Amino acid sequence: MTDKQRDKLNHRIVVFFAWVAALLFFFPIFWMVLTGFKTEGQAITIPPLLFFEPTFENYTEIQARTNYSRFAINSVITAFGGTFLALLIAIPSAYAMAFNTGRWTKDILMWMLSTKMLPAVGVLMPIYLICQKFGLLDSKIALVIIYAMMNLPIVMLILFNYFREIPKEILEASRMDGTSTFNEIKDIVMPLAWGGIASTALLSIILCWNEAFWSIVLTTTDAATLTAFVASFQAPEGLFWAKVSAVSTLACAPIVVFGWLTQKQLVQGLTFGAVK
Amino acid sequence: MNPTMVKWLQAPSIILLLLWMIVPLSMTLYFSTIRYNLLYPERTGFIGLSNYEFFWTDPSFIPALINTLVLVGSVLIITVVLGLAVSLLVDKPFMGRGIARVMLISPFFIMPTVSALVWKNMLMDPNNGLFAAFSNFMGLTPVEWLQDYPLLSIIIMVSWQWTPFAILIFMTSLQSQDQEQKEAATLDGAGFWAQFVHLTLPHLARPISIVILIQMIFHLSIFAEIYVTTSGGPGVQSTNLTYLIYIQSQQAFDVGVASAGGVFAIILANIVAIFLIRAVGKTLTV
Repeated sequence: MTDKQRDKLNHRIVVFFAWVAALLFFFPIFWMVLTGFKTEGQAITIPPLLFFEPTFENYTEIQARTNYSRFAINSVITAFGGTFLALLIAIPSAYAMAFNTGRWTKDILMWMLSTKMLPAVGVLMPIYLICQKFGLLDSKIALVIIYAMMNLPIVMLILFNYFREIPKEILEASRMDGTSTFNEIKDIVMPLAWGGIASTALLSIILCWNEAFWSIVLTTTDAATLTAFVASFQAPEGLFWAKVSAVSTLACAPIVVFGWLTQKQLVQGLTFGAVK
Repeated sequence: MNPTMVKWLQAPSIILLLLWMIVPLSMTLYFSTIRYNLLYPERTGFIGLSNYEFFWTDPSFIPALINTLVLVGSVLIITVVLGLAVSLLVDKPFMGRGIARVMLISPFFIMPTVSALVWKNMLMDPNNGLFAAFSNFMGLTPVEWLQDYPLLSIIIMVSWQWTPFAILIFMTSLQSQDQEQKEAATLDGAGFWAQFVHLTLPHLARPISIVILIQMIFHLSIFAEIYVTTSGGPGVQSTNLTYLIYIQSQQAFDVGVASAGGVFAIILANIVAIFLIRAVGKTLTV
């Protein structure tokens, strides 16, 4: 066997194992989606069914029999609300830090990141009691605020990195023309950093959407998000695998697609900017 | 922009985060030193370190601490080793690589409660799960995963979710590796292992340490997977610190003891955080 032949064979083996790994990792998701199209009977059949006549009854039934749409709306409100609030606070701050970097800027950013290290369970009791005191248990407002504060450090850091890439000359030129700071952010910084802001928002939405500690602890019915709703299926009695799978598929699909779209920003955001 | 304006723009984020940190933190510290049980509101007063003593001497504490460390340690080893191997597999271009990559990172975006349910019901269920069906097919007795190997089951679930995270980071990082250097090494006759040890691993040293530290932060507070699948049991076999504190607060309603446990969790997380902040700080160019 020549070197070239051996390289080719090696490459084939690598590709083969790459696909094996991809199929293994993806299999549970594939199986979940598949089960969502089975009847309840088919879902628990032994041996498991790979080929069957797909049914959409689970999807129509979860709309009719559970409050699926309410949980979905709660997830949308808390994830988008938390993200919006975080951006609202972070954009002016990150802008100011990026264009007027001072002696303390780095320390401030690092300190902000360190707040992210505070384990949720460490502040469980205070947050719970504060919410109780202000009537915010089972309220979307509480989740929006918590999610905004949770994601603020990451949002700040990514935006800071984005804003720094905007050439200062552009801003200086506009300042000569006497633009106000507000207009400067709105007309120059935002359009230039639009891609960065959008992908930061996507990352924040993903993190909020999948958050499963505060949503389980602080909500019961009115403000319960999809993570809490899915968690409520943990009881073994009357388990409906096919319906749970359909719910799970609906709950995960948008976020998985978001994740595929934002891979690059995700890497930056999740590693706090350390891997680009 | 004048300096006052700069301060005003920065103020909201700094003040809000400061409040978000200081207020709950000082409350936790305060609660941890007083008698405070929601079921017995008449019992009050400063009791020093008694809550801590109660938390430490709880027979569940040591198992929970060990479980936490075993869980974090095992998941770290599995995710980093598997993540390295898989990201190397998909490093060179091949037909459909984009699809393979998307499939590989997808588990990371699945809600923790969903992935826990999928594993608990459809894969690990001893009667109707796929693993049981496979065991039956092979003529073996199905394993009662959650009953007999609760902690291992949790480790498998969490690793399935977080190996894609390691793959994602390593994949991205490998793309920036100096290809000429690798080609030169190949010409010089360096084999796969030599290249891996002397070129790839040093290149990935930073990403690896970042992946380890970030995962530690997240895995020290694993909650949803345990809540949905084993509820910490049987006994305390799959209870970690987070879950133990959750039980103290939500089932025993003992704010004081739960807060003492919270302080412990904060200290543990901070030991990790110091290293992480240092590693990140080195890369932030200001």
